[in-house]
Amino acid sequence: MSTLKYLLQKEFRQIFRNPTILRMILIVPVVQLIILPLAADFEIKNINISIVDNDRSVVAHDLIEEIKSSGYFKLVNYTHDYQVAFSDIESDETDIVLEIPDGLESDLIREQKGSLFIAVNAINGTKAYVGGAYLTRIITGFNQDIRAELNPGNNGASIGVAVINWFNPLLNYQFFMVPGILVVLVTMVAGYMTALNIVKEKEVGTIEQINVTPIRKTHFILGKLIPFWVLGVFVFTLGMFVVARIIYGIVPLGSVFLLYGYLALYLVAILGVGLLISTYSNTQQQAMSLSFFMMMIFILMSGLFTSIESMPRWAQWIAALNPVTYFVQVMRMIVMKGSEFEHITRHFVIMAGFAFVFNVWAIINYKKTS
Amino acid sequence: MWDIFLQSINKSYTESGEKAVNDVSLHVEEGKLFGLIGPDGAGKTTLFRILTTLILADSGTASVGGYDVVKDYKVIRKSIGYMPGRFSLYQDLTVKENLRFFATLFNTTIQDNYGLIEDIYKQIEPFNDRKAGKLSGGMKQKLALCCALIHSPKVLFLDEPTTGVDAVSRKEFWGMLKNLKSKGITIMVSTPYMDEASLCEEIALIQEGNIMSVNTPDEIIAQYPDMLYAIKSPGMNQLLQELRKSELVATANSFGEYHHITFSKQGSMELLLKSLHRSDVEMKPIRPTIEDCFIHLMTHE
Repeated sequence: MSTLKYLLQKEFRQIFRNPTILRMILIVPVVQLIILPLAADFEIKNINISIVDNDRSVVAHDLIEEIKSSGYFKLVNYTHDYQVAFSDIESDETDIVLEIPDGLESDLIREQKGSLFIAVNAINGTKAYVGGAYLTRIITGFNQDIRAELNPGNNGASIGVAVINWFNPLLNYQFFMVPGILVVLVTMVAGYMTALNIVKEKEVGTIEQINVTPIRKTHFILGKLIPFWVLGVFVFTLGMFVVARIIYGIVPLGSVFLLYGYLALYLVAILGVGLLISTYSNTQQQAMSLSFFMMMIFILMSGLFTSIESMPRWAQWIAALNPVTYFVQVMRMIVMKGSEFEHITRHFVIMAGFAFVFNVWAIINYKKTS
Repeated sequence: MWDIFLQSINKSYTESGEKAVNDVSLHVEEGKLFGLIGPDGAGKTTLFRILTTLILADSGTASVGGYDVVKDYKVIRKSIGYMPGRFSLYQDLTVKENLRFFATLFNTTIQDNYGLIEDIYKQIEPFNDRKAGKLSGGMKQKLALCCALIHSPKVLFLDEPTTGVDAVSRKEFWGMLKNLKSKGITIMVSTPYMDEASLCEEIALIQEGNIMSVNTPDEIIAQYPDMLYAIKSPGMNQLLQELRKSELVATANSFGEYHHITFSKQGSMELLLKSLHRSDVEMKPIRPTIEDCFIHLMTHE
């Protein structure tokens, strides 16, 4: 036991002497948590729209005003020629073209119906989809107003829909992203730094000097993992209770104790991944490349930025084998929904499985290679 | 009995079976200062790594102090000191921290073993709080030796301890080894410098994984079969070419100031001097050095 104590003492001493590591755990999480959620905002604003107005009536004018005042659209061109508007799409100056046909107003009055034409530049799929949807919604609202105006007292039968957003009433994107990004940061600190630290001993040759001493391998490994476990908890605390609370006003709805319980288990699994990477690399450069590859997959396939349900079946399998997926889910569940242990029991069991598999695999491989 | 024993050790790192160490058998008696002499890539480090239980041999058996390197590696690790060829202490820890760290790994303290390391440690003690990475080459070497000695090992393995160290520190270092030997520690040291061979009690000449000869330095020199001459004249490069072309000369090798030559037939000295057509040639019979023996053994394999 005293050997482990000295190993830990040595490890912490080295960590606190390394300015890069200190910067990694203090500055990087804060800066990333401040910048990333702002950049990863999916709310789409400033959709460029060109309007081809062949009608030039009061109704058309009202509709255009409605669109402009929604705040989502920026009118880049108002024209009477569809070809001009289409060339805007071609030159990428506009995202959506709305064509108002000649006689919209008179058709509405005479025949009680009119039609509009929307052309969307779908190169940026999300923007096209969201923009098209926004525009449709505005037109639907506008449609109802017109009907009320034209046929007062006879609204016809219609079903009204009222929507309530649970857990994030204002659809604040940051409430959703910040806990997820925090998971990524903890993963990077624990995974990367463990792998690099162990491989550094190999690269510098100090591991040889350690290996000729009677020290037990388990002690050596524990001496490596425990400090980074502590650092992981530290970074999480800093992110959750300083940055997220002060800057974004996020206060976990659920039990903090449960959150830390899951973090503790999650870190064991991720440290196992770091250890595993270190057994497959001999230089820090190799470890870096390998971790980068793993992290990219872990992060992009974790459901952090995109919904897992809309991924193809094979990608859903990868996401299911990705520990980050579960922690992102648990974070959102506990922080936003206030979920209890009984809601995330499955997540606990799966993470325990990951922790076991990664660590056993790493230890077997570690013994084989040295 | 803290002796070292190697029996038919083979080791290859590649699939194709190119051998780093080929059928090596050696015996180092307890308390000896034993030198493993050979150029880079001869297999010295491989032998050290097998004996220090860092790697496993492909075949053959090895033991240190009667303990098998495979079965009893735990006992061996407790009783040997190893100083790898590359400085491998923690560069970001100070001198004292390194020393204390390695002491604790062996469940001991600096104070308990102060007697053994005192002479060496005294020289680096003024730099106790300096980081190991900031020490000079000679200082690093002394610190590494201290760390290897901190648990009073019975056998000391030093892999090229004097490579990259200045001449004065090298001399000093061999003095320290003599001192340690007098305390009863078996020492196995490797070096690519042939001139250091004579400082060992017994040496093994190793080349491309094969042991060519094992004996005392004097005995190895005595076994040199030919009369050896040193020859010197202005225009040494050209002289070497002429010597190598001459039928009278069997071998000619450059050794700094002189060329060392042997004759294909005894008593051809005068004939050679005449055939060289040079005015100021200096030639004298000399005692072979270990390097001469090494070259001889290498070319007669």
